[in-house]
Amino acid sequence: MSARSSTAHSVVEPSSTSKLVASVLVVVYALVTMIPLFWIVVTSLKSPPDSISYPPKIVFTPTIEGYCNLFTNQTRQTPEFLATLPPATTACEKVTRERNMVIVGPSNFTKRFFNSLVIAFGSTALSVFLGTIAAYGFSRFKVPLKDDLLFFILSTRMMPPIAVAIPIYLMYRELGLSDTKIGMILLYTAVNVSLAVWLLKGFIDEIPREYEEAAMIDGYTRLQAFRKVVLPQATTGIVATAIFCMIFAWNEYAFAVLLTSGDAQPAPPFIPTIIGEGGMDWPAVGAGTTLFLIPILVFTILLRKHLLRGITFGAVRK
Amino acid sequence: MAEVILSGLHKAFGQTKAIQDVSLTIGDGEFIVLLGPTGAGKTTLLRLVAGLEQPDAGTVAIGGWDATTTPPSDRDVAFVFQQYSLYPHLTVYENLAFPLRSPIRAMKEADIDAKVREIAALVRIDDKLNNQATRLSGGQMQRVAIARALVRSPSIYLMDEPLSSLDAKLRGDLRVELKRIQTVLGATILYVTHDQIEAMTLATRIGVMDRGQLVQVGTPREIYTDPVNMYVASRLGMPAINFLPLSVFPGLSAPSAAKTIGLRTEHLKIARSDSASAMGKVTWVEHLGDQDYLHIDVQNHDVVTLSDPDSGLKTGDMVRLTPALPLYFDGAGNRVRA
Repeated sequence: MSARSSTAHSVVEPSSTSKLVASVLVVVYALVTMIPLFWIVVTSLKSPPDSISYPPKIVFTPTIEGYCNLFTNQTRQTPEFLATLPPATTACEKVTRERNMVIVGPSNFTKRFFNSLVIAFGSTALSVFLGTIAAYGFSRFKVPLKDDLLFFILSTRMMPPIAVAIPIYLMYRELGLSDTKIGMILLYTAVNVSLAVWLLKGFIDEIPREYEEAAMIDGYTRLQAFRKVVLPQATTGIVATAIFCMIFAWNEYAFAVLLTSGDAQPAPPFIPTIIGEGGMDWPAVGAGTTLFLIPILVFTILLRKHLLRGITFGAVRK
Repeated sequence: MAEVILSGLHKAFGQTKAIQDVSLTIGDGEFIVLLGPTGAGKTTLLRLVAGLEQPDAGTVAIGGWDATTTPPSDRDVAFVFQQYSLYPHLTVYENLAFPLRSPIRAMKEADIDAKVREIAALVRIDDKLNNQATRLSGGQMQRVAIARALVRSPSIYLMDEPLSSLDAKLRGDLRVELKRIQTVLGATILYVTHDQIEAMTLATRIGVMDRGQLVQVGTPREIYTDPVNMYVASRLGMPAINFLPLSVFPGLSAPSAAKTIGLRTEHLKIARSDSASAMGKVTWVEHLGDQDYLHIDVQNHDVVTLSDPDSGLKTGDMVRLTPALPLYFDGAGNRVRA
């Protein structure tokens, strides 16, 4: 084979040259996209002066100051007062003492981060659940005006969601949903469910009906057949859909700014509001952003195996 | 096992009448084969019995009770699909256990295990139980599909061309196996095929279907020797029956309504002849080994018949054909009995 491959090249196998070019392009692209991420992580480990120094510092002494500032509220005290305090015990206390600050309590970040988790996971679960059963219904049953309904569902994505910001703001205020986690979950679900229905319908369409028919004859009700036979085969699609929904809900900023301010505020609108003494506390912002990236990263890596197959939209089934 | 009675079934899909007024009684322990070409309504009829389709009119009675509107899970029928339809995410073992684990059966795992192993041995896939169902050859998948039906003891087994996607050798083997299993279990089976050999060898009775109608039901022998019309006559027989206008044989004492004469090999006496009394000319001889297919041109009609390889007939020979107790049909294609 190798002896002949130089003369007769396969149409399917890429040549080694094109493979090399492709690899280089992928690496370069990956590096370019990684730079901002890299910079965020680096910034989170700098001291505030280092973070705004010009020219930017590549070599610096890493500090956990940014993370301390992110998780705690601090006040400035006189050196005389600080001298009266018992010695600093935790690493963060030590770092803040050096700047004549004392930690007065935890910041809101943990709460905001938790809100993000609840809202993103909640709306993803709800979107995928509704999407799966709706997609199954559209795929398997005679639904009156099916095509029109599907188009209507798709059309909800034809304008940017923020275009309806004001009506939603007013509606939420009337309904008492402003600044509630349930309100945000419902909102993100409403945006994501159309995507979920369309994606999942494609996946479920590809699962032959005969499997359910076989299961129903084997003594299962349609719902049991759906659970035992359709769902396991739709895993790929469900996972791919969940990741898309998750990414949207996790990263959404505009509605979060508009509709939440306190209790239900997720991390995205909170992080830019971290203001330190004398301006933006960039290391703390960097720290918040770094931590904010982790869940979606973990979620995606955990489900990567399914995603790689799922993202081809069922094209390679069987 | 139980008796299944279909009466006056109708089913249409839009403008297409898939099933028209079909009535059929499948006796306890009977092996009924529905024979017909693609689109004759055979599969639809099976699906009506299974409950996967609802009839527009008529009833399906299983074991003495009216099951017309009963959902498939409560009908106690087993179905073997043409495309296997093994659950791809399960192993062979899990596929076989699947019907037994259904909530309505509530069987003990130990009993399930025993049954699965028994049937797996019966269809000879017991060495593949831990394989993923999709990682099997076509023949193995087909046997798993049949086994998945056999693990249960339903009122009736419904089989939709279960051997169609196999190669000829395997099909032959499984056919024999299926008949053996049916005899052992005393199973009631409604079986769909367009393969006349399967129909002839498996059936206690054959139902011939044409455009949604059950044209004739009878034992394989009856269907072969006593067809009600030209359509049924052409379903069975290798080579296929030859239809010639009656005018080709002017000397016959045929019934008055007869317009067409149907000739199988056994209805024909062929003799080499001088050119004066000859009616046909051998145009082609196919040698199959134990027998020959003889193609004879009779007044521009091609007659195909079997002949003994020792007959010495060869291309170009002039022959005389004498019908012996042939089948007669009227202008509409219906049988005219002498």
